Amino acid sequence: MAVVTLRAPLSQRTGGTREHDVPGSTVGEVLRELERRHPPIVGWILDERGSVRAHVNVFVNGERTREDAVVGTTDVLQVLPSISGGCR
Amino acid sequence: MTELLVGTKKGLFVLRGDPGAGEPFDIVTRAFPGDVVEFAMRDERTGRYFASHTSGFYGPRLMFTDDPAGEWTQAEGPSFPEGGDTALERIWTVVAGEAPGLLYAGVAPAALFTSTDDGASWTRNESLWKEHVAGDWQPGAGGLAMHSICPWPGDPQRLAVGVSAAGVWLTDDGGDTWRTGFEGLVPEYMPEEAREGTNVLCVHNMHRAPTRPERLFMQFHGNVYRSDDEGSSWAEIEAGLPSGFGFPLVIDPADPDSAYVIPLVADVDRVTPEGSVRVYETRDAGSTWRERGEGLPADESYLTVLRQAFGSTGRGQGLELYFGATSGDVFGSPDAGGSWVRVRERLAPVTSVRVA
Repeated sequence: MAVVTLRAPLSQRTGGTREHDVPGSTVGEVLRELERRHPPIVGWILDERGSVRAHVNVFVNGERTREDAVVGTTDVLQVLPSISGGCR
Repeated sequence: MTELLVGTKKGLFVLRGDPGAGEPFDIVTRAFPGDVVEFAMRDERTGRYFASHTSGFYGPRLMFTDDPAGEWTQAEGPSFPEGGDTALERIWTVVAGEAPGLLYAGVAPAALFTSTDDGASWTRNESLWKEHVAGDWQPGAGGLAMHSICPWPGDPQRLAVGVSAAGVWLTDDGGDTWRTGFEGLVPEYMPEEAREGTNVLCVHNMHRAPTRPERLFMQFHGNVYRSDDEGSSWAEIEAGLPSGFGFPLVIDPADPDSAYVIPLVADVDRVTPEGSVRVYETRDAGSTWRERGEGLPADESYLTVLRQAFGSTGRGQGLELYFGATSGDVFGSPDAGGSWVRVRERLAPVTSVRVA
């Protein structure tokens, strides 16, 4: 299973846990499964369409990706706020 | 003592004070720091507070609480169906309905959501959404926004909603079917030959007179209107105003002939005309307007007052009025606009003002 790492405030919505072992073959699948396991995070990373929000970045093993990127069982997904967010 | 809910681009400010004292209101608490709070209100039936806010990173959501200084709970919705091609962009308004537990939310892209459990969960009105899709509704500069929702006092079956830029929509059966209220609206921003039959109608704000519910007032994109037939048709009433353009609109619930607007120069210059901050009042259903500006900045003041940034409480001579500007100033009147004081300054740009 891939490992998803979160920072606050996202980790606060998963019971304070920063690392999660989550199955899935793409970034989108992994994040949807994370939502299923932790419903309070629904809508925070993915929008209703299943798209990663515009000002959220998902890195797989340090490389920035989007929701359709393939994920391996030993991969690490880091979910981070984009520097482009928060400017409003 | 009056409590104000002031949404800003950097959080919700809860202010409390006496508008007649001439002193600044106290900041009781600040919630959602760093996030844009587009709208906040208190349902006076239950005492429950609602705030719609958008994180610059993590998107929009609706929160509620019984104590704005305490913990807030995220509502289940409003949101669009998972896996579809539409995502929630913004929650423009929350309005109490005319049945226990009933509330409405208007959002962008334009859709009406209903709650029957005091705002804990929300369901999209599908018949109006079908009108949206079939009509290929177009956005205004601020997005495709359902920002005005006008219940009919005592009758949950009847509702009027205003959309920028898709006009007025009316239901008489609780939202099962909808009809348009376009007649008389003149979209001067379109070529004359393109106006006939268009649904690109940029409603900026709309309120119903509760003691004469067939009457509504509207701030439109370049005109002010009144309807005396439930919103089916509209007559221009902006003669006497320095500009027909603006966003905020308030009425005195005691007087169906009353309305207050805050004109801005024009769509290409959205500031108070001639550098003078003025509220304009009608007490004859729009036949005449008079300035209500004593105590407001009279010169070299180029303020922008946004759509939801004008609120009120009370009625008649006891009507209190409050508005906020993108300058971060909040002004209040304890006497129906007769005099004004600056109740707070140097907040973040104000997006909404409502009395709790």
